[in-house]
This record gives sequence, structure tokens and C-alpha cells, in this order.
Amino acid sequence: MPKKETIEVEGVVVEPLPNAMFRVELSNGHKVLAHISGKIRLHYIRILTGDRVLVELSPYDLSRGRITYRFK
Amino acid sequence: MGIIIKSAEEIAVMRQAGRIVAKVLKELGSQVRPGMKTKELDIIAEKETEILGAIPSFKGYRGYPASVCVSVNDEIVHGIPGERVLNEGDIVSIDFGVIYNDFQGDAAITVGVGQVSPEARKLIESTEGALKAGIGAAHAGGRLGDISAAIQEYAESRGYSVVREYTGHGIGRDMHEDPQIPNFGPPGQGPVLKKGMTIALEPMVNIGDWRTRLEDDNWTVRTSDGSLSAHFENTIAITDTGAEVLTVV
Repeated sequence: MPKKETIEVEGVVVEPLPNAMFRVELSNGHKVLAHISGKIRLHYIRILTGDRVLVELSPYDLSRGRITYRFK
Repeated sequence: MGIIIKSAEEIAVMRQAGRIVAKVLKELGSQVRPGMKTKELDIIAEKETEILGAIPSFKGYRGYPASVCVSVNDEIVHGIPGERVLNEGDIVSIDFGVIYNDFQGDAAITVGVGQVSPEARKLIESTEGALKAGIGAAHAGGRLGDISAAIQEYAESRGYSVVREYTGHGIGRDMHEDPQIPNFGPPGQGPVLKKGMTIALEPMVNIGDWRTRLEDDNWTVRTSDGSLSAHFENTIAITDTGAEVLTVV
């Protein structure tokens, strides 16, 4: 069973927004609006400005993403 | 997160899981005939898997309602078996996976129903060839991109396109592990392959354009231009000298 393709990139959180949304600056300089994945929400992982995170982008809308991992 | 390396013992279990998948798929392929409903393949798969002591892995995966994916003609992948009747000349992709002793096996074949057109026959052979080219490009010390590039080169040099929005994947205790394995891209890039990585390669090859369309059932993926599509998949383990296909009878 194939997997739906997603693009994963690293970024840094630059601004926390309401509703568990964040503005993330990607390593290529682009800024995207990202929400946090259910797993991160479930485990109450706090995400603060300056944290390095992994963002999953959809190939169809590169301005929005989903934070799937916070690096220690 | 991260590509999980399997021990020799773990790979031995995956070899057993893979053999079960291959046996069931071989049986399914031999049963395909005109007039058959696609749901009959699902029933056969469940029965055979139970006899072999494994559990079908697709059923319930993110809400998927069946044990096999049956994708006919312009359907690329994730076709849900049901009342559809197979006709002479159709081509059918059958994708199947099991869990055996906590490990996964995943493979797919495309077969013709009765006599198929020469162009359909050539598409099926070329897609299987693309999978073999991908397997041939896999060895410890190589790069993931070498596999993707070999598949793309094989398919495109024969005038076909490869689907880009769905990928092969790492496999082990989970059906979908890291890495994603696109069926296109430049060689020499991506993670370095290491002995003990277990991955599922699955070229999806279209006669026309590579773009896809998702049906209203939120599963069935078709070619956007209605052209024929074929799909082959094997689970393989990376070895020092190459790759071992785990989904063989």
C-alpha cells in the first residue's frame, strides 16, 4: 500500500499564534503557517519561539504545514 | 523518525511475513478471471491468510474497509474491492499486506484479465521491469535516490510516466516507516542505504500523464487523464551486496 507523499523540512518557530498555530521560518527562508500534529498535542509537548521543528508540507499548498517533531 | 535498522532475527520474521504475502498474491493472481467480482479477491485473501497464520494488515488501516486493494485499469492504487465485475481485457493491480509475529509484509502485482491488449501487456511488463530496476539499484552504501532514479529511468525511457504523489516506504513493525521512496528523482541523493533497512518499493506507472485524481470514496486513486496504470511492489531488505526480496514464495 503506497504512502501519500509529503515533504518534510526543518524550520525554526518565529511566532506563536492562537489555536496552536505557529509561524515557522524554514531552512530555505520561507515562512509558513503551521499547526501541530495530533501526537504532539496529545503528549503536551510545548513549542516555544526559537525551537527547531520538523514541518510536513503538502506539495499542493507550500504556505501551510504541520509540525510533526520538536528537536531537543 | 529515522530509518529503523532490523537485526538478522527481525529480518527472518519479515521473510516469513513476506512469503505469506507472496503466496496469497500468487493465489489471487491465478484466480483472476472475467466475470469475477473484485470483492471475491478480498474473500480469498482473508481465507488464505488465515490458513497461513497471519493477519491482513490493510483492513482498518486509517479506516480502510478491506484486506486487499484492487485497482482496475485507470485506477492506480487503493481501489476498494466490491461489486465491480472484471471484464476480459481489464488490467488489475492487487495490493496486499500482512502482519506476522508483529512484522509487516507488503507487495503488489498487476495481472491481465483474460486476453489483454498488447499495449496493456507492455505496460504491465515495463512496470515489473521498473520494480526490478529499482531493486537492482539498491545496496548498502548506495543512496535512496539511486533506487528512485533507476525506476524513473526505466519507466520513462519506455515512454511512460511515474506517479509522484504516492511513494514506496520503509516497513517493519509498522506498514509505513521512514523513509519515503519516491519513484522519481536524481541519483546520488537522499539517505545512505545501510544493511538491515527494510523497504517497500512500489512503482506506479501510467501510459499517460503522472497526475492523479482521488475518488469521492477518499481512497481510490485514478489517473487524471483516464490512461491505464500498473503497479508492482516488493518488500526488500538491504544487504551488503545488494537487496534480498522478502515477498517471494
